[in-house]
Amino acid sequence: MFDYVTLKFIWWLLVGVLLLGFAIMDGHDMGVGGLLPFVGKNDDERRAILNSVGPHWEGNQVWFVTAGGAIFAAWPLVYAAAFSGFYFAMLAVLWALFFRPVGFDYRSKVGDPRWRNAWDWGIFVGSAVPALVFGVAIGNVIQGVPFHFEDNMMPVYTGSFWALFNPFALIAGVVSLAMLVSHGANYLILRTEGDIQRRAGRASVIASVVMLAGFAIGGFIVAGMQGYLITSPIDPGAAQSPLDKVAIQQAGAWLGNFKQHPLLIALPALGFLGGLLSIVFALSKRGGLAFISSAVAELGIIFTAGTAIFPFVMPSSSDPRSSLTAWDCVSSQRTLSIMFWVALVMTPIIIAYTTWAYRVMRGKVTVEFIKANDRSAY
Amino acid sequence: MISESLVDLSRLQFASTAFYHFLFVPLTLGMSFLLAIMETVYVITGKTIYRDMTKFWGKLFGINFALGVTTGLTMEFQFGTNWAYYSHYVGDIFGAPLAIEGLLAFFLESTMVGLFFFGWDRLTKIGHLAVTYLVAIGSNLSAVLILIANGWMQNPVGSEFNPVTMRMEMTSFWDIVFNPVAQSKFVHTISAGYVTGSAFVLGVSAWYLLKGRDIEFARRSFRIAASFGLASALSVIVLGDESGYTAAETQETKLAAMEAMWKTEPAPAGLTLFGFPDEKTRTTRMEIHIPYVMGLIGTRSTDKVIPGIDELEIRIAKRIQTGIVAVKTLEKLRKAPKDAELQAAFKAVQADLGYGLLLKKYTADVSQATQEMIAKAVDDAIPAVAPLFWTFRIMVALSISFLALFVVSFFFAAKNNLAKPWLLKWALWSIPLPWIACEMGWFVAEYGRQPWTIHGVLPTHLSTSTLSNGSLIFSLSGFLLFYTLLLVAELFLMFKYARFGPSSLGTGAYHLEAANNTAVSGKEA
Repeated sequence: MFDYVTLKFIWWLLVGVLLLGFAIMDGHDMGVGGLLPFVGKNDDERRAILNSVGPHWEGNQVWFVTAGGAIFAAWPLVYAAAFSGFYFAMLAVLWALFFRPVGFDYRSKVGDPRWRNAWDWGIFVGSAVPALVFGVAIGNVIQGVPFHFEDNMMPVYTGSFWALFNPFALIAGVVSLAMLVSHGANYLILRTEGDIQRRAGRASVIASVVMLAGFAIGGFIVAGMQGYLITSPIDPGAAQSPLDKVAIQQAGAWLGNFKQHPLLIALPALGFLGGLLSIVFALSKRGGLAFISSAVAELGIIFTAGTAIFPFVMPSSSDPRSSLTAWDCVSSQRTLSIMFWVALVMTPIIIAYTTWAYRVMRGKVTVEFIKANDRSAY
Repeated sequence: MISESLVDLSRLQFASTAFYHFLFVPLTLGMSFLLAIMETVYVITGKTIYRDMTKFWGKLFGINFALGVTTGLTMEFQFGTNWAYYSHYVGDIFGAPLAIEGLLAFFLESTMVGLFFFGWDRLTKIGHLAVTYLVAIGSNLSAVLILIANGWMQNPVGSEFNPVTMRMEMTSFWDIVFNPVAQSKFVHTISAGYVTGSAFVLGVSAWYLLKGRDIEFARRSFRIAASFGLASALSVIVLGDESGYTAAETQETKLAAMEAMWKTEPAPAGLTLFGFPDEKTRTTRMEIHIPYVMGLIGTRSTDKVIPGIDELEIRIAKRIQTGIVAVKTLEKLRKAPKDAELQAAFKAVQADLGYGLLLKKYTADVSQATQEMIAKAVDDAIPAVAPLFWTFRIMVALSISFLALFVVSFFFAAKNNLAKPWLLKWALWSIPLPWIACEMGWFVAEYGRQPWTIHGVLPTHLSTSTLSNGSLIFSLSGFLLFYTLLLVAELFLMFKYARFGPSSLGTGAYHLEAANNTAVSGKEA
């Protein structure tokens, strides 16, 4: 149906869409989890916060799982090189994530305040650490990761764990964390009332300001940073190995796509616009509009990062020809095509029943509701 | 070359985290359908006791489900973190069912499970029932897709090697979906899950009956569990036999090892019921041998021969010789990818490429392999007999005991005569046994696949990531620590809520509340 190069590009977009879906859906309950110990001052308030995402976090987390699965299926080399290369960072994310399902489900099943408080911090760690580390990982990808492929295509990472936490990557981590926190806070404005809503509004504004500042600073750094360029002729439509190409580092290369296609400036502009609108609506307690605004900010920021490095998806700083691009990190045409059709059919269905689930559970979650449903609520 | 200790540590980590994940999966599979059945009865009869049953067993289901989700994350991460070469080499095929699992099944299950717990007051009776069924269907669909992926590891159909990208690529999606190994594995595995769920509900209900509390609640639960369990135990055995049949066709080394078939017997081969296999002398001591049975199960015929270990070794040795040629030809082809002659030469031998790679454990340059190395590789290619022989027999013996338990339970439940302490105790003490059977079955399937990750295609020792032993020891320790903590919390809650029983719902209608209203205070929920 589609030729190989079109499918490769579609999958670059689809991975972006899945990551965006993750940021919008799982992102808001991660933001809520990250705010839990600060916005909820007593047990009833915390339970109200937890129950605002209670029926949904489980389904939302599947955006994360599916994004991982899709990268495995569509970009196996990225999955192999990034997961093994970022070994300790991945473990940190994974171990932190352990505390979410269990925290949500187990926390209110025992009355002891120590038990509940411990799980609250577990949920905090399980939400904030992944949000931070994802950003740190993206920050490293933008700078290039020290890895190469051996002749048989075995990926070898040659950097250290601590080198991941360099200043630019930390800025990216803060942007990612602040982005999800403001998004989660906006969700709380929508779904709670009274003190919780007031505190969430304040948190949303602060987080948006941090996010906007970080995004702007990051942008300046990227403009002067060593980007990457493919210098050998390649045929994006053919099956190929990353090692077939020649690539170099070049200062300012990450601005190339924006210079070539000025319309793409709309992406960073959306990032800023969404962040500013989120602040405006959070201040006026219009949770729904604030939520949409922070989702727009996420779209702008995620696709700005992706577009800046396109067609690279994981450049190698130690051996640039090992860099992975949207043309050479991909699965076969058949696999990409099958996966595309499955995604095309299933995504609208998933969005439809997810929307239905939110409709069923709509309305404010109040402290009174918690008291009335002591046995069945989180 | 990857060090052997790294391979061993990686295997240990994968095996232990998979074992651990599989503590929670069977109960989810089984209980999701039991909940759907209970709620169906509620919707049809309108009796609130069935709603309470759905809610109470649903609580225990939820405690288990949380850890199933948590430990499933590890599985998804681990192919990339610890099996990077595997992920590159077969991601084109293996990744697809995993991604489809997310889109088709896991989304459905996870979205609906939230409404199952929180939607009781928001949905109509029928609406909630539909949600419960969708949870069950979602979790079972998950199992199909995971087992399609796993079935392909056992019997890699619908794919071929691409020298340009240096990996396996899909040639037929439908061959992979309708892989006979995947299909028989799926029905066998979900039936095992149903048995686990039934035995759990049966055993816990039996405990209430023994204590003489919540009799009505427990009796009805017991009856449903006994009926569902009986059907499932029958299907687990019948479909286990089907698995044996597909194994005979596609995984001869596994079958030969688990049945300790040292020598090829004339058809139809006999079945070794019991004995003590001895790897050194290649004999089975104190063997109880039943003529003809193995041949009938394995080939569904009286004239097809099932190869024993002796014959398999001869065949493997030949394939390794061709495999050496395949590895050498591939190396040349990589340097001259356009050479049509080399392409044709490689095509002729590529089916045995994996067998050539077996030698990489002993030498980087396969063409320099000595006779001794080849002999070792042949020896590697047959999995160790004793562990498979024993785990398989324990699994089968347990399955038969479940069938007996469910037959007897069903009989007395149908006669409405459950005042039988011996039966109730039997049911109670049987609770842990399905887990043992499930893990044994998992062990037979995966250990029996060794020395391959993808049978005949990719040896295990080539599949790992390039990590240091220290990294693996660190991660293993972390998993040990976190998984222990989580298991303690899970068991604590499981026991706590099983002891509360339906009183934990706070309806005021059950044992502890009637006897002593302060026993379950408002805070304990």
